[in-house]
Amino acid sequence: MGDVWIFAEVSEGRPLDVVYELLGGGRPLADDLGGKLAAILPWGADQAGEASTKEAVVRDLIASGADLVYVVQSRELVLRQEEPHAQAIYELANQYRPDVLLFGATTFGLSLAPRVAAKLGTGLIANCTTLSIDKGSGLLLMTRPAFEENIMATMTCPDRRPQMATVRPRAMKRLTPDPGRLGEVLTVVCDLPSPGARVVEVVKEDQDQAVDITDAKIIVAGGRGIGCKENLEMLEELAHLLGGAVAVSRPVVDAGWAPESRQVGQSGKIVSPKLYIACGISGAVQHTAGMSSSDIIVAINKDPGAPIFDIATYGIVGDVCQIVPALIRELKGRR
Amino acid sequence: MHVLVCIKQVPADPSAVKVDRKTNTLIREGIPVVVNPFDLFAIEEALRLRERMSSSGQKGRVSVITMGPPQARSALEEAIAMGADDAVLLSDRAFAGADTLATAYTLSRGIRRIEDSTGAKVDIVICGRQSTDGDTAQVGPELAEMLGIPHLVRVRKVESLTRESIRVERIADGGYDVIESCLPVLLTVEKGINQPRVPSLRGLMRARKAGIPVWGAQELGVEAQQVGLAGSPTRVIRVFSPERQRRAEMLTGSPEAVARLLVDRLMTAM
Repeated sequence: MGDVWIFAEVSEGRPLDVVYELLGGGRPLADDLGGKLAAILPWGADQAGEASTKEAVVRDLIASGADLVYVVQSRELVLRQEEPHAQAIYELANQYRPDVLLFGATTFGLSLAPRVAAKLGTGLIANCTTLSIDKGSGLLLMTRPAFEENIMATMTCPDRRPQMATVRPRAMKRLTPDPGRLGEVLTVVCDLPSPGARVVEVVKEDQDQAVDITDAKIIVAGGRGIGCKENLEMLEELAHLLGGAVAVSRPVVDAGWAPESRQVGQSGKIVSPKLYIACGISGAVQHTAGMSSSDIIVAINKDPGAPIFDIATYGIVGDVCQIVPALIRELKGRR
Repeated sequence: MHVLVCIKQVPADPSAVKVDRKTNTLIREGIPVVVNPFDLFAIEEALRLRERMSSSGQKGRVSVITMGPPQARSALEEAIAMGADDAVLLSDRAFAGADTLATAYTLSRGIRRIEDSTGAKVDIVICGRQSTDGDTAQVGPELAEMLGIPHLVRVRKVESLTRESIRVERIADGGYDVIESCLPVLLTVEKGINQPRVPSLRGLMRARKAGIPVWGAQELGVEAQQVGLAGSPTRVIRVFSPERQRRAEMLTGSPEAVARLLVDRLMTAM
């Protein structure tokens, strides 16, 4: 008892970043519970050909914090098909009875986890940002933002097991991989019924694929306050000088000035760069939900009362169209 | 073909919801309510599927269901005014305080009862992508599991529909999947899959007069222990306002001066 499981979502033979974050976040939970940290790695027909890939992934998961990797093999565990994945996790959880079961809050994780929770008849908390073990009760404390980030709520699942949560990408820190860590591997071959819903085609569609803002270490972000579409060019220039990428807030996308792939916020992407420069962004909760965990936040805004200054590290009250060009000149001058 | 839409009544402005500091519960009384904006797309998509069926000579029916307090009837009236054929309200004191699992269970029993009355399976269940207040997107997949049918989340387009199967595009991380499912199936639809229609005056008149049955725990044949707070595995133990610990260091002066100050600080900090 007391084991913590994380679901290792794999895309094209590689676990997603959030898998390593789950291992980082799950490690102290398993230690507090005195149990093992295990990763469930689905391995389907589309990846099965490459045994060496599988072994590398398993080693990587162990190096990143897992004590145990359950490799679940079935030809149905391909693509993002919820039914066979849910059935496999259900069978495994019923047999080994983990205390905690975590998923990344990806599109697939948010779809799969509730299906698993309903099969197991247990509770599930969505989009958690903090997880810890209550010293007195030993219960998992699951904290998440609610009501458009206005309120934080901490929940428990006192009587049913496993205690399940989906965890926001970038809410937890991955561990520094230790190639010398030892762990067990258990291969489970599942005979799963064929699903009612089948993926027939996977289409990649990011018109802006060259730039993934979630990977950027530095982000220069523009909001309604930049005034017009053309002013995005100076943000591009600033971002280029800093080696970063340009992101935008919802109103800029709604105005058609930038593609949705650049949008940060509750209905966009969640980012956590080292530096986030918010230009003409007022700081509505819908936006800050997507960037508040950035290391350094610089806010440039005309309105001294803008809520963005509440979460900023450095604040400048002024016109973006004057401050940003001054910053560009300053950076060029120091080269 | 029978299409059933699950909807929810939510606060018009979720960010306006406040916490009662004494009881640690949310103050919902006196807050204006609306049909969950995501659910309007679900209702509209159901109506369009019905139109698609009738153009291919099939008879379609759109039913709407919600679980909520008695005043949630107004959400169902809005759906009828948009064009839904009929609606059911699941309402009982015993349903209060339900988490997503207990909500999905109650809805599943409501759907079973509808199926018992028609003697046929509901072919397609449609939900909005998520509610703006709960924001979990969990009830749809949980409900599908309880009904024993596949689910497809974040559907942005229905490509084709036959008596036995449906083919859709659903949003995935980094693109979309084309997916084909047998019926019955549960879909959650993405905002923007369609343009929800505005209720007509005739629709509003019809909605006001519509007989909307109210089913409680007894009608659904459920024990009080299976629904509401009692049937919910999760508990809220603490509600608090997010910390606002960081206070900005304000840089002042001419644009050139603040640019210099900022670059100095960033070079030290990074």
